[in-house]
Order: sequence, then C-alpha cells, then structure tokens
Amino acid sequence: MAFKIVEENCTGCCACEPECPNQAISEAKGGLFIIDPAKCTECIGHHDEPQCVAVCPIDLTCIIDDNYPRYEAA
Amino acid sequence: MQTTHNQTEAGAVGSHTPVNIDEVMQQVADHKGCGTSGGSGKASCGSGAGENDLPKEIWDKVKNHPCYSEEAHHHYARMHVAVAPACNIQCNYCNRKYDCANESRPGVVSEKLTPEQAAKKVLAVASTIPQMTVLGIAGPGDPLANPEKTFKTFELIAKTAPDIKLCVSTNGLTLPEHVERLSQYNIDHVTITINMVDPEVGAKIYPWVYYNKKRYAGVEAAKILTDRQLQGLEMLTERGILSKINSVMIPGINDQPLVEVNKAVKSRGAFLHNIMPLISAPEHGTVFGLTGQRGPTAQELKALQDSCEGEMNMMRHCRQCRADAVGLLGEDRSAEFTTDKIMEMEVNYDLDSRKAYQAAVEQERQAVVAAKQEELQTLAGAHSDIKMLIAVATKGSGKVNEHFGHATEFQIYELSTSGAKFVGHRRVDLYCQGGYGEEDALATVIRAINDCHAVFVAKIGGCPKNDLKAAGIDPVDQYANQFIEQSAIAYFKEYLDKVASGEIEHIVKGDAEIRQGALIAA
Repeated sequence: MAFKIVEENCTGCCACEPECPNQAISEAKGGLFIIDPAKCTECIGHHDEPQCVAVCPIDLTCIIDDNYPRYEAA
Repeated sequence: MQTTHNQTEAGAVGSHTPVNIDEVMQQVADHKGCGTSGGSGKASCGSGAGENDLPKEIWDKVKNHPCYSEEAHHHYARMHVAVAPACNIQCNYCNRKYDCANESRPGVVSEKLTPEQAAKKVLAVASTIPQMTVLGIAGPGDPLANPEKTFKTFELIAKTAPDIKLCVSTNGLTLPEHVERLSQYNIDHVTITINMVDPEVGAKIYPWVYYNKKRYAGVEAAKILTDRQLQGLEMLTERGILSKINSVMIPGINDQPLVEVNKAVKSRGAFLHNIMPLISAPEHGTVFGLTGQRGPTAQELKALQDSCEGEMNMMRHCRQCRADAVGLLGEDRSAEFTTDKIMEMEVNYDLDSRKAYQAAVEQERQAVVAAKQEELQTLAGAHSDIKMLIAVATKGSGKVNEHFGHATEFQIYELSTSGAKFVGHRRVDLYCQGGYGEEDALATVIRAINDCHAVFVAKIGGCPKNDLKAAGIDPVDQYANQFIEQSAIAYFKEYLDKVASGEIEHIVKGDAEIRQGALIAA
C-alpha cells in the first residue's frame, strides 16, 4: 500500500515534499500535493514513522490508500 | 534523500563585522532612554530607543526599521513575502487551513510566492513606496522550515535592492542550525516567537513539533522547542544579530509565565520583547478558537507589558500582520501588489530617488521629535500622579491627521508629567465581523477606546461627538494636522490645570476591548 493525500484537506504548504525519502511527493495542478503510489514505501526502512503524516499540519490528510496492497520491504 | 538544511550551500553573500558582543549587549541591556534625541524619560520604547541611547551600530540597524523602532513605524514601511508555507510545529492558535483575504492573522495569506516572484514583488513595492525599508520573511509557515526558498529569496533581493534590510521571523525550532547562514546573508534582525520556557506550559500551547524526522507531542515536544529557541537566541547574540521576541499572551495559560520568558530572553541578549494578544475566534477554526479560549483585554495586556518593561524594551506597536503584508504597520496595501499585478508592472528601481525621499522623511521625523522636546519643556518641574490614556486618529507621519469616521485604528498614548508615551493601538475596522451597522460601529469604537480620556482627531461629526462625550471620552479636534506628542503634552498640561482649578474632576477610566478580525486593505 501507499499513502495518499486527501485533496480537500491539503493546504498546499509543501511541508511533506522535502521530507519524503522516496521523492514520491510532488506539486500537482492547483498547488496541492500528490503522492506517487509507485514510489511510496510508507517510509518503511527509512524512518520510524511516515514522514508525510508526521509533518502534515492537518490531521487525516496523509492516509493509507486502500487501493494498493501494503508495502513490503524487499 | 533531499537535504533541507544543507548549510554548505549557503555561499558567502557577506559577513558581519566583528563586534565586541559583551560590550554591545551590555549597552543594549542598559539603555532605556527614548526618542531620536533621547532623554524623554524611560522607555516610550518599543523600542523607542533613539540615537543618543544606543551604540551607533545598533541605532543604524533599528532606526529605519518599523518593527524595531516605535518612532520609525510612523514613517517607514515594511513588507513580507509569503515564500515559506511549510511549518514544523503546530500551535493551538493557528489553523493553516483557514484562508480569507480579509483575515489579518499571521499564518494566513492569499497566495504564496516563489523566490523569483518575491524578488520581483519587492522591487515593485520598493519603487512604489520609497519609505519601504524592510523586507521580512515571516511565513505563512516557518521560514526556517523552508530554508532553500527563504535564503534564495534573500539572495535575490540582496543583489537587486541592496539598501533594503532583511529580516526573518521563526518559531526557533531549527534556528540553531541556520544561525551561521543567517549571519552570512547579513540578516540583521531575527524574530523568535517564544511563548513559554516551562515545557508544562508549552504542552498547553503546542500539540506537537516535528524534529529530526519525528513527531513529538506534549511536554517532550515543548522541551525540545524551548531548548532550541533559547540556544538559537544565544547564538544570534554571539554573532551580534539583533533579536526580537514575540510572545502571544494567552490568559490563564501563559500570562504570568511570560514574565519568566521575559527574564530568560533578556538574560540571553534579546533586544526587544513584543507581547501580543491572542487572536482567537471560533470561525478561525483554531484549537483555542474552538475551546473558547479568550484573548486578553486591553488593560490586561498593558499591565503585563508594563510589568516586563523594567526588564527590557517592550514593543507595543505590533499589528500582528499577515505573512504577505505591505505598507506602514497600520495599513495593508498587499491587494495592490498581487502576483498578477506585479508581473505586469513596469519596475523602475531608483536607489537615488529612494534615498532622496527617505532624507525628506528623516527631516519630518526630526521635526516631530523637536516639537515634542519643545512641548516637554513646558511640563518641566510639574509633578502629578495623574496618568491618562488618549486615542489618536492618524494616517502616519506622527500627526493627528485622520478623520474619526475614517480611522481603522487608533494609536494609544499614555500621558503623565514625564511626557507622552506610545503604549499601543486599537483596531476598529469592521470587515469580516458581519452584522455591524453604522450605529453599532460607534459602539464598537467606544468599547475599543473605553479606557481613554480623550480621542484626538483631524475632524469629527456632531453625532459621534455627543456619544463620545456621553461615554466620558473627550473628542478633541483642535490639534488637526499637528504633531501627536506635542499636542498630547499640551492637552495634558491644560487638563492638569483644569483639575487644579477644580473645573474638572479626574476620574479613572475602565477597561477596553481588543478587537480582532480583519485589517482592511487601505
């Protein structure tokens, strides 16, 4: 699985973008941010907690995307 | 992995001249006189400290900085560019989701800028407003949580507009690792928001901080924050960078603890302490807004500021402006400089004409001080325990030059036999409040200046005059277009004479309300 950003909650503050260890986060049209599920590793193997969740100023904005299976470290 | 705090990329843009820090800080700590020519008694500061009271290198840094010099704020303008949207802590008085063009809280902006857009905007504003002398980066998040954008912006502006002073405002969490770079970029002024030095208090203000790739909560978070803030402050002082400490006064949570904050920052060499009222309304959606946490009344705020004043210079002219504010502190001209507009603007940055204009401003400023000094002579030898507040409607230049009905704020002066001292301001504009009609507007103004004995205006209509009198506030229009402090001292002298002759009885006024909400675009 990967994390996703809930569009309605995102303020476009960009705090998450530089913290992502996989460069999976980028600015989309309209100044909001999106996570590339193919790149997201849920920070497993990098950090104790998902960095986007840890730094995001709005609760429940960076959440698990149920459309993808949970990430497993190779 | 991207490194956000890579100090080696900084590049030497300049360097600070070495100064004897102990000596300079002792001079900062000792000075208490105020006004351009000094000697007007203790601390009409904010900092009203003047050229005779400060070491020359410090006076040169603050004299044209509207935030660091109360006197300068009547004459010089500042601007903020919103290049730093990311933040690394959460404060209970802040809600990053809220966005309203008429909202004047820090942390709220209408649009964020790239460093290149910001540099263009600074040139556009500096060409239009020649008394704009200071560029600050204050958010809307934390500038040092966006170091690349912040420093890129400083670098661009230092190249194109070298006469503009650069400053930055931060929560201090990552300040220690950025002090060296701030010094390299000639950032002369750094503001740190410090609301507590006791982590138990901090836990009630900060739900979490993001530090070293982890989110910390509660007392642990507050401990990290306060340690980093105080360490950062000490490092600034060691490098001779002036620091201002902003504190948000939250009644029942940190009002008394702010006295400890004041001592802690003073002992670490902070230049100025700015205690501001909490802005908190349910519609802001902040934690404090939703829990009904109130802000202080005007007299509660003043009492705390007064009690800290013996310790150090207090700033009382802060307008708690937005991270994209433009203009004199009491105004916001940001709507004239939206990204669309600045991109179309023909910018002609003429350093010589800016200098010529500022020289004229300096003459005007000297005239204000000279007039005050002259009037002060008339009070020489007079002693009275009477103190009173007056409200002044002004458009700037240190004059009574605004109509009562047009005033969006009143400046508050405390009058005593030691002179006229600026002690604050009261907002009275009505935007974003909803439901206030003409009649309510007057009641609102009266509530905002209810602790004042008089209101000085350039002009006032008959109806409000009578209502003000009924509320015990003397409407005074005889000093139209004259200098504020000179007029205030003359009025006070007359008042004392009337009390002495028994013509009037001096009464003690009550408290007043600090209004919140929007600052209108001029």
